[in-house]
Amino acid sequence: MSRNQNVKRDGLEGPEPEERQRPVGRRNAQGIRVDPEVEAEPQSRRTIISAYVENEPGVLARVSGLFHRRQFNIESLTVGPTQNDGYSRITLVIEEPDPGIEQAKKQLNRLLPVIHVRELDSNPVACELVILKVDGDEPDKVQAITEMYDGEALDAGPRTITVQITGDESKIDDAIDAFEQFGIREIARTGQAALARGEEETAVVDERHT
Amino acid sequence: MSGEQKQAPADATDTTPKPIETGADAVVRALENAGVEHLFGVQGGAIMPVYDALYHSEMHHITMAHEQGASHAADAYGIVSGEPGICLATSGPGATNLVTGLADSNMDSDPVVALTGQVPTDFVGSDAFQETDTVGVTGPVTKANFFADDSRTVGRDVGTAFALAEHGRQGPTLVDLPKDVTNGPAEEDPGEPRTPTTYNPPETAAPDAVAEAAVALAAADKPLILAGGGVIKAEACEELRSFAIEHEIPVVTTMPGIGSFPEDHELSLEMAGMHGTGYANMAITMTDCMLAIGTRFDDRLTGGIETFAPDAEIIHVDIDPAEVSKNIEADYPLIGDAKAVLTQLQTAMDRSPSADEWREQCQQWKAEYPMDYAAPEDEPIKPQYVVEAYDLATDDDTIVTTGVGQHQMWACQYWSYTEPRTWVSSHGLGTMGYGLPAAIGAKVAAPDQDVVCFDGDGSFLMTCQELSVAVRENLDITVVVLNNAAIGMVRQWQDAFFGERHMASEYPWVPEFDKLAEAFGAAGFRVDTYDELGDAVEESLAYDGPSVVDVHIDPEENVYPMVPSGGDNGLFALAEDQL
Ligand SMILES: Cc1ncc(C[n+]2csc(CCOP(=O)(O)OP(=O)(O)O)c2C)c(N)n1
Repeated sequence: MSRNQNVKRDGLEGPEPEERQRPVGRRNAQGIRVDPEVEAEPQSRRTIISAYVENEPGVLARVSGLFHRRQFNIESLTVGPTQNDGYSRITLVIEEPDPGIEQAKKQLNRLLPVIHVRELDSNPVACELVILKVDGDEPDKVQAITEMYDGEALDAGPRTITVQITGDESKIDDAIDAFEQFGIREIARTGQAALARGEEETAVVDERHT
Repeated sequence: MSGEQKQAPADATDTTPKPIETGADAVVRALENAGVEHLFGVQGGAIMPVYDALYHSEMHHITMAHEQGASHAADAYGIVSGEPGICLATSGPGATNLVTGLADSNMDSDPVVALTGQVPTDFVGSDAFQETDTVGVTGPVTKANFFADDSRTVGRDVGTAFALAEHGRQGPTLVDLPKDVTNGPAEEDPGEPRTPTTYNPPETAAPDAVAEAAVALAAADKPLILAGGGVIKAEACEELRSFAIEHEIPVVTTMPGIGSFPEDHELSLEMAGMHGTGYANMAITMTDCMLAIGTRFDDRLTGGIETFAPDAEIIHVDIDPAEVSKNIEADYPLIGDAKAVLTQLQTAMDRSPSADEWREQCQQWKAEYPMDYAAPEDEPIKPQYVVEAYDLATDDDTIVTTGVGQHQMWACQYWSYTEPRTWVSSHGLGTMGYGLPAAIGAKVAAPDQDVVCFDGDGSFLMTCQELSVAVRENLDITVVVLNNAAIGMVRQWQDAFFGERHMASEYPWVPEFDKLAEAFGAAGFRVDTYDELGDAVEESLAYDGPSVVDVHIDPEENVYPMVPSGGDNGLFALAEDQL
């Protein structure tokens, strides 16, 4: 440093805050430059993210820990093996504004065992399973509604009937509403599993990872 | 002061190379293959096989007083050398004591490899003696971590951890080493460190994106470069300097970016953010095009997001895509290594921005808001003056380390940094106690450079036991305690935001640090007057070994300029009444 230590020190000075030049723009809470006059809250949307991962111990803990720590709003998470030994597919349903969805994908990508991440945006094939246990007082009616939803009875006794329904999220939600009348005792839902539709590949990975 | 020097005990280490027989041998060979020369650690049950294998190695192990010290020393070693620093600890408390340091390295993307002992595999999950789920605990604060499950591959795990710490966006990695794995059989040399095939950090940015960014920058009226720590990590300081100078673009830095651009250059506006210079904060607020390189737009830099560079198009260069548009949206994302992308940008720029007016404006801000402090003729001593005195008395390549608090900010503001890797501090985590162990790591990494640690009395008390290590290793470091008998930064905030209620921030009694130093076998100095200061600066720097200079400073001195948390950088306060 070339500062001369013998000079008289006066302390900090300069124009006060209200005398300074000011910028004209503004950013929103997401750091995006916006028109200062229009203050729009970013809209959240629900989407499916699919991750193709190496099947190593702890991978699920890492993924769920990441979503928790970074406060991503997660609706469901499923994991299961794929056609390739040693690799699993994790399907996440999240609800976030666009920047949050982008961040979630990027943060997932930073995890070493994660080989491919994408959002399944264009009309994916998605499916969920629910198991419903209801009171067994009206077996005929339960049977009729189960058939309406292409479901199946798994267990029937004098006091309870347990059925399974599969389908997309809204179908499962509707079915649960419909069974409400019988008195639902317990529900187990799997969360959604999903693939890209038709020829489109869900995970584009090179040969090393198949 | 005591002039006596402790002799390092006669070293009985047998250094005949040993063939690989166990997992521990493979671990040690993997480190040797990586070119490691120094290790920082503390012994203990579960890591003993690794230490036993080290007995035959030429690598130099430095026994620290506390594992936190080992993790900070390794971190500073990583900052100064650019190569991963290595720390070792046993299972359980040894491993958990590393956590603060790993979190610190993770926030600052510093290259560190931690090796932790673990209970034997069969005992894992049984709550065995000194068992902790180290991989679970350290997962969120490491770039990657591994549980070694096979003595025959453990050497490669260590190599992988080393390569991952060093390549791409740097960071801390950890390998947990169960005792049966390090004791188990192995024969193969683990080879050179290699990143896994799934790890492919970007090198150059997309050429189209670079071209667009170059057009935007060349068209700017008020261009500004924001240089972050990534510039230093990527060894891109030369590229940054020639780019900024050729195109005459003013440069501000983040705190980790200090040293990337010489602060005595006329284009330098020094550090921006909470305690940045007035001129840096004016420039960062008024710019219309910011080239931000290797920065994650931390809130201490940005202040409130809404008012951060609100008129600027942002060109963001970063090796980690997740940092781009995380806090501040990038208009021109350039994903790649800072050195490579700066070279691309240089080629793509066919003209410089015409920004004479802007440059004049920046010079005017420099004249309007000079960094200064009110120094009366009389005592108490002003801390800023102490920082300047050491800066004047030392070479440009002197390394500065710090604790966390006011003293850290004065060390930023009143020392003029001109070289990369000379500013070694705890930025993102803000870890009190970092300074002294970091000085040890820095000195081990750069034995030919002077190392000065500016510490606070509070910070020094957190890790001062590491003085024993500096004495044992006879490390020539100078610790300057800017002693205000308070955890001053907290007291400053209480003055400003908590009605001057000094709850738990003032020390009614502080140890005599000069005597404490002497008890450890270091040289101790006490300074109360400006006259004493001159001598103490000279003698402490001349002393061949660790010294501690306890400078009793003005306890009322506060750090300004200041942007309150979440505030508007352009409205920085020059004094408390402007907050
Ligand atoms: C480990 C840790 N604990 C608490 C804090 C909160 N904190 C930030 S600055 C500060 C005061 C530091 O006091 P000192 O080291 O004496 O430095 P000074 O501010 O007085 O220069 C405290 C307590 C912290 N940063 N780190």
